Amino acid sequence: MNGLAPAFRMSKTSRFPALPVAGLAGTSFKHEHLPAILGDDPKGGFFEVHAENYMGAGGPPHDALTKIRRDYPVSLHGVCMSIGGPRPLDKVHLGRFKALVDRYEPALVSEHLAWSTHDTTYYNDLLPLPYTHATVWRVADHIDEVQEAIGRPILLENPSTYVLFPESTMSETDFIRELVRRTGCGLLLDVNNVFVSATNHGYSALSYLADFPLQHVGEIHLAGHAEQEDDEGDLLLIDSHDGPVADAVWKLFDIVIGRCGPLPTLIEWDSAIPDWPVLKAEAAAAQAILDHHAADSLFGKAHAAG
Amino acid sequence: MPQDELQSGDLGRFDYAAAFTAGLFDPDRAPPDAVSGPNGKAAIKRYAVYRNNVTVSLIDALAASFPATLRITGPDFFRAMARFHVRETPPTSPLLFEYGRDFPDFIERYEYAQSMPWLADVARMERAWLDAYHAADAEPLASGALASIPPERLADTVFVPHPATRAIHSHYPVVTIFAANRSDGPVGRIEAGDPEDALVTRPGLEVFVRHLPPGGAVFLDRLMAGEPLGAAAAAAFAERAEFDLAVNIAGLLQAGAFTTAHQGG
Repeated sequence: MNGLAPAFRMSKTSRFPALPVAGLAGTSFKHEHLPAILGDDPKGGFFEVHAENYMGAGGPPHDALTKIRRDYPVSLHGVCMSIGGPRPLDKVHLGRFKALVDRYEPALVSEHLAWSTHDTTYYNDLLPLPYTHATVWRVADHIDEVQEAIGRPILLENPSTYVLFPESTMSETDFIRELVRRTGCGLLLDVNNVFVSATNHGYSALSYLADFPLQHVGEIHLAGHAEQEDDEGDLLLIDSHDGPVADAVWKLFDIVIGRCGPLPTLIEWDSAIPDWPVLKAEAAAAQAILDHHAADSLFGKAHAAG
Repeated sequence: MPQDELQSGDLGRFDYAAAFTAGLFDPDRAPPDAVSGPNGKAAIKRYAVYRNNVTVSLIDALAASFPATLRITGPDFFRAMARFHVRETPPTSPLLFEYGRDFPDFIERYEYAQSMPWLADVARMERAWLDAYHAADAEPLASGALASIPPERLADTVFVPHPATRAIHSHYPVVTIFAANRSDGPVGRIEAGDPEDALVTRPGLEVFVRHLPPGGAVFLDRLMAGEPLGAAAAAAFAERAEFDLAVNIAGLLQAGAFTTAHQGG
């Protein structure tokens, strides 16, 4: 069944300005940075929040996000909808997610191609799934259900993985392309995840990107990773979000933006969080690449090579 | 159309989650047969990445929610204790700020924490603090609100608790221990002291923790249960003869413990 993307419903009574996010670089929003961010002038970029951190009834989290949303476009990033799981979505959780979309009018809404809840246990990690015709059907149903609930398409993020399922019958890029076709969702391309998975599974990040349906990408993620070893002593990269973006990932990002033009790009930094100027400088580095390619596209070069 | 229930024929195709989760809390278990590395490589260390992510991130979540408990025990003791709890009682909600409701009771039973009998109450304070932090916002009842109630109606007055308000009963000086260990200063020395009951409120954005006077916790429990002022005061007097009604009600109002007051039926 070819699910049509639900039309974007504009809130009748907007609480916040409709700030555009096109071509901007942003960062994860961390509460410890709030005073520094509020002191910034001029204000630029955007902020992304993990939806679950704002699912309490009230208090400082909502106060902080309200202050941020007045001045900046916000990206609402769901971490635990368990879209990639075999079980039905948690309707209560979906209701909370919709309430946040309605309340904060985010410029971008995204979730993961992964799962985190099974039976009654929440595992707090992005767990992998086999890519088969059975799972593509189920995951597409879940995406449809989220999009119908919130009244707008989501961006689905490609995962970083450490294991493969021999039962998989589709490549990850084919699986993602099929989900886009069935649900009309957009994509969040995490370039660090591409690099991590490609290294871990011994394929080329560039060929993955060549296969990826780039025309459906609405946001980019960049993050740092850590290095370990697998059972054979080969490099195993961990999607740790605890440091600066690696040079190889910057290079891939430059290639992607060269092909796609300037897309909203987020620096994710979720542990060992640095002071605000360090994080802001990382976003400025991404903005410079976006601006470079925006200038190119003015002269008609960005899409020349297809 | 979303299917609400798995069809029985689907189970064979959808057992990846059951197979994958079976070993996530069990470090002695081999990786599931359903996963591998690329080109026939092994998946022991690869699967261990997920097992480590799950356990460590949940221990980190408890460490973030119970910082004074962590400071008192030190990180090695805390993380060992939290690891037992995570494996025994993993979260059932994806909202991590809801996790740890059973942690204080676990600490009370935890073999290696028996020399710190007050530790569970410190954790109860921290759980109440976090609940207050995330509670619904509401304007508290003004301190002068009682002045508008005729004296003969006071005993019938019912107070509606603010969503953030919590009372903690303790046989230990829990407010003193909590306060000494929630700051960045040196870890407070824990001395034997008088039992302290605690009041947690959040009238605005900041959470406040106060020491309740004698009988104050029983008084507040009764008020929060919807009993009128007169009955709540009688219960507090029965508990502690030195209960001071004027001091208690003024303290609760000043702390922002209620949102409204009305006449009980």
